[in-house]
Amino acid sequence: MQLNDRPYLHWRQGMSIQDVIDERNFIYPKLVVKLNGKLIRKEDYAATLVAEEDDLKIHHLLAGG
Amino acid sequence: MIRICDVKKYHGIPAEELKRMQDAHVELTRITYDHKPIHRGYTDKYLTVDFSRNSIEITDIDPKVKEVFTGGKGYCLRYLWDEVKPSTRWDSPENAITMSPGPLCGVTQYAGTGKTLLCSISPLTDTPFDTNVGGYFGPLLKFSGFDGLTLKGTAKEDVILVIDGNKNTISIETAPLEHEDAHVLGEELTYMYADDENDRKNVAVVCAGSAAKYSNIGMINFTFYDPNRGVVRLKQAGRGGLGRVFRHKNIKALVCKFSGVKADLNDPYDISIINQVGKKYHKEIHDLDNLQNGMRKVGTANILEVMDAYDILPTNNFKFGSHPGIDRFRSTVFIEKYLTQGAADGCWYGCSMACAKAADHFKLKTGPYKGQAVCIDGPEYENGAGLGPNCGIDDPEAILELNFYCDTYGLDTISFGTMTAFIMECYEAGILNKEITGGLELNFGNWEAALEMMHQIARNEGFGQIAGQGVHKMKKIFVEQYGADAQFLEDIGMEQKGLEYSEYNSKESLAQKGGYGLTNKGPQHDEAWLIFMDQVNNQIPTFEDKAEALYYFPMFRTWFGLLGLCKLPWNDIVPANNSETDEPAKVPEHVQNYFDIYYGITGKHLDTPGMLRMSEKVYQFQRIFNIRMGKGLRKNDAIPYRSSGPVTEEEYLSRQERYDGQLVDLVGFTKEQVAAMSLQEKMAETRKYREAEYEKLIDAVYPRRGWNLNGVPTIERVKDLGIDFPEVLEVIEPLQ
Ligand code: SF4
Repeated sequence: MQLNDRPYLHWRQGMSIQDVIDERNFIYPKLVVKLNGKLIRKEDYAATLVAEEDDLKIHHLLAGG
Repeated sequence: MIRICDVKKYHGIPAEELKRMQDAHVELTRITYDHKPIHRGYTDKYLTVDFSRNSIEITDIDPKVKEVFTGGKGYCLRYLWDEVKPSTRWDSPENAITMSPGPLCGVTQYAGTGKTLLCSISPLTDTPFDTNVGGYFGPLLKFSGFDGLTLKGTAKEDVILVIDGNKNTISIETAPLEHEDAHVLGEELTYMYADDENDRKNVAVVCAGSAAKYSNIGMINFTFYDPNRGVVRLKQAGRGGLGRVFRHKNIKALVCKFSGVKADLNDPYDISIINQVGKKYHKEIHDLDNLQNGMRKVGTANILEVMDAYDILPTNNFKFGSHPGIDRFRSTVFIEKYLTQGAADGCWYGCSMACAKAADHFKLKTGPYKGQAVCIDGPEYENGAGLGPNCGIDDPEAILELNFYCDTYGLDTISFGTMTAFIMECYEAGILNKEITGGLELNFGNWEAALEMMHQIARNEGFGQIAGQGVHKMKKIFVEQYGADAQFLEDIGMEQKGLEYSEYNSKESLAQKGGYGLTNKGPQHDEAWLIFMDQVNNQIPTFEDKAEALYYFPMFRTWFGLLGLCKLPWNDIVPANNSETDEPAKVPEHVQNYFDIYYGITGKHLDTPGMLRMSEKVYQFQRIFNIRMGKGLRKNDAIPYRSSGPVTEEEYLSRQERYDGQLVDLVGFTKEQVAAMSLQEKMAETRKYREAEYEKLIDAVYPRRGWNLNGVPTIERVKDLGIDFPEVLEVIEPLQ
């Protein structure tokens, strides 16, 4: 699985987007999540599973002080 | 949780005390002026005060200056250029402080529309230094009839400048009895010049503090009166040491008084569009702030724990990116225990983002105000990070007290945090000892020693006299007087161009190394903050991408400074559907809001290319101004290695897995080769790689900005922008 165009080495079967967010400790609230180019809404993070060949983008909308 | 309704009002100052002070004033000069009404955001009048001659002059702003420089920072730089010579230093009599609020400043229907820009030749950098600040002075100055103000010359004794925008008078007066520290002086002058309690909100004061006259990191406070608390609040023109210039001129304070602020004072071309955009934005804040950054609860400090989680929070002089004590000072601690909730904490009318939080009736433990219960502005993220973890301090009350004294003494919190962190590392490395520091045990985490050092700066005594000079000058002193290793200090001293770094650990973001290093004024993040786009999101992976970001964002952000706007409402909240737009990082709907407000005020349409061009004229002018002052070239864009990679074995070992992995993934060694390397070899290879990447970044960014590889704007670019004035060409022609 690719996370933000880098290989994600901790992928495992049955993993959801929420699992990735938790494992990476992505605590920032303003995220833009796209799975294979499709926008995923916050309420669907937990139910959306990520496959091994998927392209996941989790962009933080943080452009600083 | 403390709520504003439970906060008791602060005591004012007895009338007889104010009278005693005011009776001691001697008026040195006074003029009465014609108050030209504002037209479409501009008065087109400029005020110049020469304190050496006690002269006050009002001039028309040249339409060509308006066309090219727009206002705000553009005016500040243009007028400063005309005052100074290449040999001018911060304490030269001809050095000036220029101020300008910008054409959108003073709008009351949208958030973040009350900023003032300031410029002067900095004691830290020897170059023109711009800084922005909230508070009411800038808008009231404009409503009093002026788009800009130059302060020049040196008064013979402490004086104040008083502008009354209703009576249309300006005077210079001595002010011998008022106190120097900002929280007291701001209050004394506010009470003194207000007709009654209701009138206090119409008085704005600009002042520094007792440490500013001794320290290169001196800053200038801008006040506003907070009627809910009954106290004067302080906002800071923090960076660059401009407070030292201010006090060197013997200016004790500026006072501007104007009553009658209302929504149409800028004489807008189309007020309805401004009203509409404002209404939409306020609703967005109301609906979404709680779900997003919580700016209304804790201000910018909301990102303390975020930076910690992503290994970006500067810790122990930027050695590390997270602090084990984060739970003691995360933003929720400030919300729950210290910062008053539910107050309309905007630093200008209409700012619904209201991030100017305050801790009320905080009892001080040290210093001249020990035992007093005071109102503390902040901490903003930078203060929290710089005064806290970067100095190894995790006690929230220590952070608040450091914050308070920096403000009232007139010291820049960011520079104070970064330079104290540097001193602490030097102390722990054995470069400094108790003999040198006069007994101060300046280990990481010792907040009492940090505070005592600050009090010494304010008293101009002891080790404080050395500390107050800032990191750049301390490096030289430590090498020459205490035998420190010069290269080590170059590596760990987190300053560039003379300015202390602001509080983000940039080691893992090449783009942010450029965001700090390739700036006009030094490593302050207000040009480009790209860490997340780069390090976390990986949105700008190539040199070309990074160069584009290091063109777009500095130009985009410069625009705020031209117009008199605060950057925070742009992206510290985003519309609910922002993620569905093409470029969420740019927050397109908010950019359109700004174009609409610009149109609403001036009647002129603006789009992104037009906005970037407007900014670039000023940006390039500032670069050329730096070159004129003997800086501004490629060699001045070099960065300390601490900002780029691990200097010490301790740092490398703390993130060994990451660094070892990068030697394989990025540098091209095999795992076996890395396993066979000594720690010193791995550190050397890491350094070689990272330093080379930074040079490649420069090679990509300079051409994108229209500069040659020495960092000099090309004549072609300067001509295209219409800033090819003879004095500009004279600077760059020999360097083409
Ligand atoms: S967002 Fe904060 S700093 Fe900016 S104008 Fe509003 S209150 Fe002031």
